[in-house]
Amino acid sequence: MEMIHAEKLVYEYDKRDEEGNVIGTNRAIDGVDIDIPQGSFVAVLGHNGSGKSTLAKHMNAILVPTGGTIWVDGMDTKDPDELWNVRQTAGMVFQNPDNQIIGTVVEEDVGFGPENLGVPTDEIWKRVEDSLRSVGMLEYRKASPNKLSGGQKQRVAIAGVIAMEPKCIVLDEPTAMLDPNGRKEVIRAVETLRAEKNVTVILITHYMEEVIDADQVFVMDGGHIVMHGTPREIFSRVDELKSYRMDVPQVTMLAEELRKRGLDLPRGILRREELVEALCRLR
Amino acid sequence: MIRDITIGQYYPAESVIHRLDPRVKIVCTLLFLVSLFIQNSVLGYGLATIFLVCVIRISRVPFKFIVKGLKPVVILLLFTVVMNLFLTRGGETLVHFWIFTITESGLRTSVLMAVRLIYLVIGSSLMTFTTSPNGLTDGLEKLLHPLNRVNVPVHEVAMMMSIALRFIPILLEETDKIMKAQMARGADFESGNIIQRAKAMIPILVPLFVSAFRRANDLAMAMEARCYHGGEGRTKMKPLKYRARDRWAYAVTLLYLVLIFAVGRFVSFRLWIF
Amino acid sequence: MSIALEHVNYIYSPGTAYEKHALKDVSFEIGQGQFVGIIGHTGSGKSTLIQHLNGLIRATSGKVLYDGQNIYDEGYDMRKLRSQVGLVFQYPEYQLFEADVLSDVCFGPKNQGLSQEECEKNAREALELVGFPEKYYRQSPFELSGGQKRRAAIAGILAMHPKVLVLDEPTAGLDPKGRDEILDQIEHLHRETGMTVVLVSHSMEDIAKYVERIIVMNRGEKMLDGTPREVFAHYRELEKVGLAAPQVTYVMHDLKERGFPVSADATTIEEAADEIMRSFHD
Repeated sequence: MEMIHAEKLVYEYDKRDEEGNVIGTNRAIDGVDIDIPQGSFVAVLGHNGSGKSTLAKHMNAILVPTGGTIWVDGMDTKDPDELWNVRQTAGMVFQNPDNQIIGTVVEEDVGFGPENLGVPTDEIWKRVEDSLRSVGMLEYRKASPNKLSGGQKQRVAIAGVIAMEPKCIVLDEPTAMLDPNGRKEVIRAVETLRAEKNVTVILITHYMEEVIDADQVFVMDGGHIVMHGTPREIFSRVDELKSYRMDVPQVTMLAEELRKRGLDLPRGILRREELVEALCRLR
Repeated sequence: MIRDITIGQYYPAESVIHRLDPRVKIVCTLLFLVSLFIQNSVLGYGLATIFLVCVIRISRVPFKFIVKGLKPVVILLLFTVVMNLFLTRGGETLVHFWIFTITESGLRTSVLMAVRLIYLVIGSSLMTFTTSPNGLTDGLEKLLHPLNRVNVPVHEVAMMMSIALRFIPILLEETDKIMKAQMARGADFESGNIIQRAKAMIPILVPLFVSAFRRANDLAMAMEARCYHGGEGRTKMKPLKYRARDRWAYAVTLLYLVLIFAVGRFVSFRLWIF
Repeated sequence: MSIALEHVNYIYSPGTAYEKHALKDVSFEIGQGQFVGIIGHTGSGKSTLIQHLNGLIRATSGKVLYDGQNIYDEGYDMRKLRSQVGLVFQYPEYQLFEADVLSDVCFGPKNQGLSQEECEKNAREALELVGFPEKYYRQSPFELSGGQKRRAAIAGILAMHPKVLVLDEPTAGLDPKGRDEILDQIEHLHRETGMTVVLVSHSMEDIAKYVERIIVMNRGEKMLDGTPREVFAHYRELEKVGLAAPQVTYVMHDLKERGFPVSADATTIEEAADEIMRSFHD
């Protein structure tokens, strides 16, 4: 069963001059086909302006395609009757932690989604507690979001989405504004969720280290999907990745450098242990 | 410096006042404010003082924190005092030099006005100190609900208020940051005449507005993504329900109001310390 | 033009419930032309520290000496100091405000009291230094891409001809290529002009690649100070305070443990590759 399925997806918007007259159209997404199976962990890479955020916003019906179709759990996002179902099915976490927290107390923010869905009061409390626990933020339930670190705020935002019991979570560069420790916190929270709730996770990012555990990786450039495969396949194509303004983890880069200098190492080494293992075998 | 402003802030603590239904706090605050205006006697202010001190003690908000909240109104306070002191005529003349005359009633009025103003600020900030912004807007929304019938978008207004309250500290911090960034580029906010100073604000205001709009846009998107579609069909995580303590609070406040009213109306003697 | 901190302490909101000892007895000297990295996790005091360098924050006690003179001396020209020590804040593009890029970059020079022509000349030079394309000079800064905005904002500081450039996470939020481009540009600048550069970054890999000296901050104190090799040799202590060494350093340590005849102090890919190749050829 496909969680997300898109066919020939196109998103165009008008380019305007200073007076607001239309002077042409831009294609942010240009003919994207994508299949994301239920329960999988998918990463989307791409430089700023590659169209990856626009794609993410289609999965939650924040944007509706101007061409082609995208189905979320079988629902066409263009169908206005399904709008709230789509949004409840695919929850979304955004980049800026400050700009997506609505409540002035952590628990009230997590309750915001269920309130909108019309969930009964007792049930809201249960969900809030449960989702705060699963991101490890239960002890901060009475805290003000302004007093939290970036990583903690993002975990609250994730809890806010979890409380709506979605089948799928789309994280649109959730770690871009965080420090390394905050990034780790968020990624760990996402991992726990996958283990506990079996939700489909779509992670948009440009930190290479975060996609190592993904089932599939898509690389976007100019509104197209230009690369697709497992992390190992993707990261063995170092030069191609670099041409799309991307990078590879430093360990992969070191392995690549050693290969260039004549060592017979396999392509697509992702982790430190793999590299050490491979080097030991060579001796 | 901007961060020192405590008016409108929430001071989290465990107290009966904090746990009261926000509607009670809103209504009782209004009643207290009314009580300051329907009488003008020392006895009345004495009563108000007792009431206020009791509420502050019960609320467990540190007195220091409350006093800090008065800072922004100091200028207004001084202005009121000075105006009343010099412009009120009547009673015995206490001091007279050049064109200034301070009369007994001038002194009296200015002191009472100052006290009134201070109590006004303390009373209303006590409400915000003890009520989370969300509680406050929930309370207002519920209290103003009848206005829905005359097509006032009460829910939307309440939601806007609570969002504004959440973003005030963020925007203050941002102002601080932008100011420093422009100072690093040699901007000078301290010297020059009024027009020059106003002009010097442009490099702060433009980025601030740009950022506020960006945040508003992001937030709207985040709210939509979490299925926000107005007040219709919405449930509440913390629905407002009156409890015994709320009824008691109403009763106490009403009693206080009646006493004040009685003082203002029937007690003709004026306790005057001078 | 050296900057020296002598026993600097800074306490936030002293006497209130929010009192915080943000800097504790910090001393160091940064010599002319050095490329220094400052690392430390969020809240370690590094942002507070760099704002002392140009006098935006005044130390509670201690001295800040710029070129041998205490900047807290009576009558010291703070505005001049701020143009000599250029501070680029995190997400500096949020300070852009003018109608077009060139005018925005002129803001600094204008505050220095230069004539319109001089301002524009300095602005153009600065934009060129950061590799900002000339065709966008007259565009609104709000219509640029993230990377270009960042460049314009850094140019806004460079146009004041600072002797010292302090950058607080200049690559935050940029994509990998954008990160490399900005840092390469800064290194180029350092090499061409001999400008002193102080770089605050969360990326140990970037720090190791570019700087010659690292100052590690922890809980308001200077914890370590030395070359990347020296500092990252203490990787276990760094981990305890929420930091780490570059990934390659860990690889080298692992290899050494497995009996490879390598020294484990490499901090960049180049150094690591050299060392590993050497171990194979020996």
